[in-house]
Amino acid sequence: MCGIVGLFLKNPALSSSLGSHLKTMLIGMTERGPDSSGFAVYRADQPAGFSKITLYHPDPAYDWPAVAAALDPAAKITVNASHAVLSAPGAAGDLLARLPADVAVMGYGAEIEIYKDVGLPEEVADRFGLAEMTGSHGIGHTRMATESAVTTAHSHPFIAGPDICLVHNGSLSNYNRLRSWLIRRGMTFTTDNDSEVAARYVAFRMGQGLPLREALKAGLRDLDGFYTFAIGTRDGFAVLRDGIACKPAVLAETDDWVAMASEFRSLAALPGVDKAKVWEPAPGVVYSWSDESLEQAA
Amino acid sequence: MNATADPVIVDLAEASVRDLNQRLHDLDDDGPRDWRVINPRGQHAIAVGLKYPAKIVIDGPVGYYCGGMNMEAEIVVNGHCGWGVGENIMSGIVRVRGNASESAAATGRAGLVVIEGDASSRCGISMKGVDIVVGGSVGHMSAFLAQAGRLVVCGDAGPDLGASIYEAIIYVRGTVESLGTDCIEKDMTDDHRAALGELLARAGIDADPADFRRYGSARQLYHFKVDNADAY
Repeated sequence: MCGIVGLFLKNPALSSSLGSHLKTMLIGMTERGPDSSGFAVYRADQPAGFSKITLYHPDPAYDWPAVAAALDPAAKITVNASHAVLSAPGAAGDLLARLPADVAVMGYGAEIEIYKDVGLPEEVADRFGLAEMTGSHGIGHTRMATESAVTTAHSHPFIAGPDICLVHNGSLSNYNRLRSWLIRRGMTFTTDNDSEVAARYVAFRMGQGLPLREALKAGLRDLDGFYTFAIGTRDGFAVLRDGIACKPAVLAETDDWVAMASEFRSLAALPGVDKAKVWEPAPGVVYSWSDESLEQAA
Repeated sequence: MNATADPVIVDLAEASVRDLNQRLHDLDDDGPRDWRVINPRGQHAIAVGLKYPAKIVIDGPVGYYCGGMNMEAEIVVNGHCGWGVGENIMSGIVRVRGNASESAAATGRAGLVVIEGDASSRCGISMKGVDIVVGGSVGHMSAFLAQAGRLVVCGDAGPDLGASIYEAIIYVRGTVESLGTDCIEKDMTDDHRAALGELLARAGIDADPADFRRYGSARQLYHFKVDNADAY
């Protein structure tokens, strides 16, 4: 069992409270996932031409400024507990290739920051100061591990591509074979987690040129198992449940925000939820939000 | 008995669900009959395991298993509910004024579950005698393995309705996307229409029994087929 949440703010005036709402939503899913927790927050705070990379190292005394200094004189690094957010000019892909081998990449892109760690959702949220974070949207995960170790690296969200990440409630049954299939096609993996396979699969399909919606629809055919996914993108997020809807999900929308959660509990404290349209996403249907509008496709 | 007093109000922003349920379990003939629960905020297992004919009105959305194992009580949810509302209900009434998520009234033995909105997938899964009336539509695999009782759907039914059904009866007013294994349409007799009319009236749902079609078991899965002996 795991819990997943997502929040997209339609009203930019709410962006200063994104983190506090996301924290409350994560805590609402504590019983579904007390092992570890993580979240992705999107905010456009970079100069033009800069990329943002979230890094992790277990050593609290790790020399993060040296990482930035070795990359570029204009690079900046902001340490946040065991994580650090690197801001540097250039494409994320080029920067990733020049990072020291002993740091782990949690996320990369223009707007995404990913923080994840072992512990109760409230502890993890407090460790990284989630409540004070601003942004346009975010997704989160609380984990109750069933098939791989409980570590920072095994926690969700998993980065799938620039500004694209995935959280998963459920378990996949064909992930070993699918991982081999993806490795043969050039994808690399950092854990033995089934959800990472889903993230890499989405990245692979999008690398083939498919838009997110089509990549997810291809996943309906290729991913065997049960799942609810939430996928964060630069301009919104998407939700997909497996074809027989083994895992729960609730969606809610007001004029100010769109939210999803495994259970209503995590939506109960959102402002104006009493008047929100609340519904259950149908199985096998991709729901996505962006700056444009809600889209829905079977 | 205390039938005319104001309802007892329990605020779940203050009290725990465990406290509420303990108070409801401790009821006896002298206890208050009318209860109002506020700020449920989607919490699970609200008003589960009641054994006394009290009326519990819950103002707002509830989580999983609300009204589960209910005996005698009347439970009304003024909101949506999560998975397994009225699960294994034994008697009494559970009424949801919004929509219900998956597995509504699963394994229910008797009593009545009314969903005034839509119910999601697996509504009435393995039902064993409960009557379920859904004002809207139901999702896929509803009445899966249904053994006894009646499922009434005033809207449409999703795929695989009544898969592997035993002796439960299904009435659907709208369209059925597909019937599950061993589920077939059956004749609607005057007796069925009269019984359905009585059930709809009891559920407080305004619908004409003449508009419904009846579905049930083809009874082809009950026994081993000797034609398959060669497979072993």
